[in-house]
Amino acid sequence: MNNAVPFEWIAAVRFLREGRLQTAFIILGITIGVAVIVFMSALLSGLQVNFLDRVLTSSAQIQLLPLDQVARPLFASDAAIEDATVQRPSQRIVSISQWQKVRDRVAQMPGVLNAAPTMLGAALITRGDASRAVRVSGVEPESYFQIIRIPDFLTAGKAILANDEIILGTDLATNLGASLGDTVIVRAASGNSVILRITGLFDLGNKAANESVSYVALRTAQSLLGQAGAVTTIEVKIADVYAAERIAQQIAAANPVKAESWIATNAQFFTAIRAQQSSNTLIRVFVGLSVAFGIAAVLVVSVIQRSKDIGILRAMGTTRGQILRIFLIQGGLLGLAGAIIGCLVGTGGLLWYHSLIRQADGSELFPLLLERQMFIVTIGLATITGLLSATAPALRAAKLDPVDAIRG
Amino acid sequence: MDKPTAKTPVVHLVGIRRSYNIGMPSEIEILHGIDLDLNRGEFVALMGASGSGKSTLLNIIGLLDRPTAGHVFINGIDTANLDDAAITRLRGHAIGFVFQEHHLISAFTALENVMMPMIVDRNAGNAAIRARAETLLAKMGLAQVGDNMSSNMSGGEQQRVAIARALAMQASLILADEPTGNLDSQSADNVFDFMRQVNKDEGTSFLIVTHNLDLAKKCDRIITMADGALVPV
Repeated sequence: MNNAVPFEWIAAVRFLREGRLQTAFIILGITIGVAVIVFMSALLSGLQVNFLDRVLTSSAQIQLLPLDQVARPLFASDAAIEDATVQRPSQRIVSISQWQKVRDRVAQMPGVLNAAPTMLGAALITRGDASRAVRVSGVEPESYFQIIRIPDFLTAGKAILANDEIILGTDLATNLGASLGDTVIVRAASGNSVILRITGLFDLGNKAANESVSYVALRTAQSLLGQAGAVTTIEVKIADVYAAERIAQQIAAANPVKAESWIATNAQFFTAIRAQQSSNTLIRVFVGLSVAFGIAAVLVVSVIQRSKDIGILRAMGTTRGQILRIFLIQGGLLGLAGAIIGCLVGTGGLLWYHSLIRQADGSELFPLLLERQMFIVTIGLATITGLLSATAPALRAAKLDPVDAIRG
Repeated sequence: MDKPTAKTPVVHLVGIRRSYNIGMPSEIEILHGIDLDLNRGEFVALMGASGSGKSTLLNIIGLLDRPTAGHVFINGIDTANLDDAAITRLRGHAIGFVFQEHHLISAFTALENVMMPMIVDRNAGNAAIRARAETLLAKMGLAQVGDNMSSNMSGGEQQRVAIARALAMQASLILADEPTGNLDSQSADNVFDFMRQVNKDEGTSFLIVTHNLDLAKKCDRIITMADGALVPV
């Protein structure tokens, strides 16, 4: 026993140590609770990241489009309005007005990481007798590939795009019987055509995308689609994917563009993510509550068992505050110990599950997301939970009348 | 408040009354206006039948309980207007307790039990605290058992550790509630002799509740209680 350590800490540790079985059981309970929280949180975060990756692999978090072309009724005079039937006009390919300014302005907005102009259009791609309808994306590789990580999905070749080069999905190349270095003819609806050499093949993990997506240089697409100097979309990457809708609204409010976030275009998927987050939060709350009540129950029993000790401590000059702290410290230590062991057990369980459960192609079902912050927050919350749940028993102990306590 | 002198009584009770269930039909008064002085260095036995109010009086003198009416002076300090923190501080410094059941804290060794009041007080360094505790245990003939857990000691040894703990803070008053009640006659004599020796060596005042008339006769004075009042000698 050392005077350098406050008496409350010494007594708290000794009391926990003396009631070994009781302490072991409650730490086991906290361990299980924290392990479940760590396991569930990391698993669900990993699955979420996996799903998000799949959704955002081939589409940007925010896409800026030209404003819809609308027809307006004509007014006969200031006083009269003609009750005309206004037909919705066909949506021609039009450029985003002053897209360079819009791109630069958006790129400087807080939360925005990158903005890349794109020229999108439909075309027919032909090699020999084989031809397929494709979506041609004209991009500036240096900015676009920062947003859509095509280089990460290349199975052959390089993600370089000169004016006479094209990158195709693997399934499209297979359908065309083409391979790296071959040339293909790309023909737009307007009749323009261009001969391009295949410099890269990618696999986005999505057959539909692999069969229909192709990338060419921005100028090549503009020329092919007869839209010199124009871009049809600006792809935007942001820091917080869940802020996409808010930032999209800010962009639309400040610029002459229509802004679509991935949240709006994948509403069902986003709802599923939110539901998953809510259920995870509920699980954490209820596990936390059961841990809290467990700690409180053990400490209430401990206060009853130790009432004589409390009485004698009070008789020898221990203040009510010191008695209060002895039991609060016990709660905090139980929470801390259970949380540390629980983090280790939860992490072990997650590593085991990660190695056990694989996708059909043998790849991981979810990425391992073992962030230090998650452990710090979990351990911190468990310790605070321990302290809070110890409050009632600690107050009860502090309020004990010494005479009654000694009498037992 | 004047500084206590050698003539200031360690305990000075004026008109102490203690009632329970106050304001209820079952209200009962246990102590009926007790006046008592206990002088410095006195070794006093408190006797009386069960239910006469001895333990209640001892708790009030020990500042574990407050009287319904009257004043308790400890070393000349009127405790009536002290708050809980001040009472606790005074109790810790001025009064030591020895109970019938030793009430050692089982999570600590014998030595640590003796060190505990000084650790709680935090007014001395660790080496000084340990040295004082070891000295006290040695005086009690327990130098070799300091590292034993209290649960592994005999009743007599435990009671001597409890006495050492009561002496740790160099209290001016030791209150002992039937300290030999659970001991065989040999151990009881030993424990009593230890207390007497401490009283002589250190000038510590003792108020000992006992039913053992032979032991009481060895005290400087015997106070007898009956029905919540002191019986005139």
